[in-house]
Amino acid sequence: MTLHSIGRMKRHILKIFFSVLAFTSVFWGCTNQGNERREKLTVFAAASLTDAITQISKSFESRANVRVYVSFASSSTLQIQIEKGAPADLFISASPTQIDALQKKRMIDESTRCDILRNSLVLVAPIVSSAQLLEPRVLGQPHFQRIAIGDPNSVPAGIYGQESLTRFGVWSEIQSKLILAADVRGVLAYVESGEVDLGIVYKTDVAMSRKAQIVYEFPSSSHSPILYPAAMIRSTKRERLAREFLEYLKIRETTAVFENYGFSAVR
Amino acid sequence: MNLTDAEVAALVLSLKTALSSLICILPPGIGVAWLLAKTSFRGKSVLNTVVMLPLVLPPVVSGYILLILFSRNGPIGAVLDRLFGLEIIFSWLAVVLAISVISFPLMVRSIVIAMEEVDPQLEGVARTLGAGPLKVFFTITLPLCYRGIIGGAILAFARSLGEFGATIMVAGNIPGKTQTLPLAIFNYVQTGQETSVYRLVFLSTAIAFGTLWFAENRYLKSNSVSIRMNN
Repeated sequence: MTLHSIGRMKRHILKIFFSVLAFTSVFWGCTNQGNERREKLTVFAAASLTDAITQISKSFESRANVRVYVSFASSSTLQIQIEKGAPADLFISASPTQIDALQKKRMIDESTRCDILRNSLVLVAPIVSSAQLLEPRVLGQPHFQRIAIGDPNSVPAGIYGQESLTRFGVWSEIQSKLILAADVRGVLAYVESGEVDLGIVYKTDVAMSRKAQIVYEFPSSSHSPILYPAAMIRSTKRERLAREFLEYLKIRETTAVFENYGFSAVR
Repeated sequence: MNLTDAEVAALVLSLKTALSSLICILPPGIGVAWLLAKTSFRGKSVLNTVVMLPLVLPPVVSGYILLILFSRNGPIGAVLDRLFGLEIIFSWLAVVLAISVISFPLMVRSIVIAMEEVDPQLEGVARTLGAGPLKVFFTITLPLCYRGIIGGAILAFARSLGEFGATIMVAGNIPGKTQTLPLAIFNYVQTGQETSVYRLVFLSTAIAFGTLWFAENRYLKSNSVSIRMNN
């Protein structure tokens, strides 16, 4: 390489470097409002609470002038993340099982534990399907080829579903038809896409959906009570704020929001 | 190392689908590589970009595109369903589809590099001696670049074994049917089954390490090609 061509190469590389820098710096400034000064609260909540808790946390943000980060996933996933040290201040689970597990590991503050909501389990079908109201006993029929459900090894909605279908005596027949999803919203997505014939979700999930219809509501006697406990994580650095949020979840204004979405508040 | 039934199922499924995928993409892979290495035509750069796209796109994006195309109501899926009663999504075929799309560019790239090394003069001489293009391909081009083909195949195989994002999009995560090794590992981490995770992570790493080492040392070393050129 000649001296001249090395100089040319250097200039070329510098040109590319600075244009990439300029390009990325355009996005650097894009943040959500000025939130650096406000305190931050991290909430882990079950996937079925996505819409309700998003709305509620927004109103809490403006009331308390804080920033609330919420992570929605299957309660079992969140439990494992908390066990592994994820920085959550609060946990709202779709079943007592996950909170019990954390309680056993002394990771939650038991004095703050409280059941806040109830829900019911339903069988849904894509809105375009011709399925009408039906009984779970018919699920074994060849007409139904794919049934979406949360993983019954971990996802609360899947566990409740297994309990109900076992009670109806069809669980073993339908094993080969099961499409497992990571959380209850994943099940809903499968149903809405039309890729599966049926799915098992909470009644509150279907309320939000325009592409899924309820074909059966499981009687509450067919499964363990669907209770949503909330608790503060012991290792939180924002104890005052976390307690405030927990109290906020129980006031009349908030329970009205939950009931709007189809949950029943525990009084 | 004792593996549970589910773990064995994941391993077997991974190997089965990776092998099937390899058999499916080898002929078109060689063909496309030849087009890219040895021909020039209008739109060649478009073909090159389309083929290489899954290499750069996030795998979940590639998977999502496949999902749209092959779902029951999608353009290709609807046709397959009507003509053959074939439902790709959530079946092991979806796994093969996903891993094929993802590993195809890897294989093609490797073969293109090898094919470009084949001296075009040798091919030209063969043509002047009366050989048709097909004969030239099979008797001159292919034998001279077979190492690149094998190397590309091994790379594609190894990549297929590790594919996650596209697979989970189109095939779901159904134990025994579509739960490959990477999907099983993810599932076990989610459900806190640590010992299963350790076993499968060890297995996957060993397989990947072995495959890659074998490919790099035997078929992808560039000096082995240049030594032959100097002779």
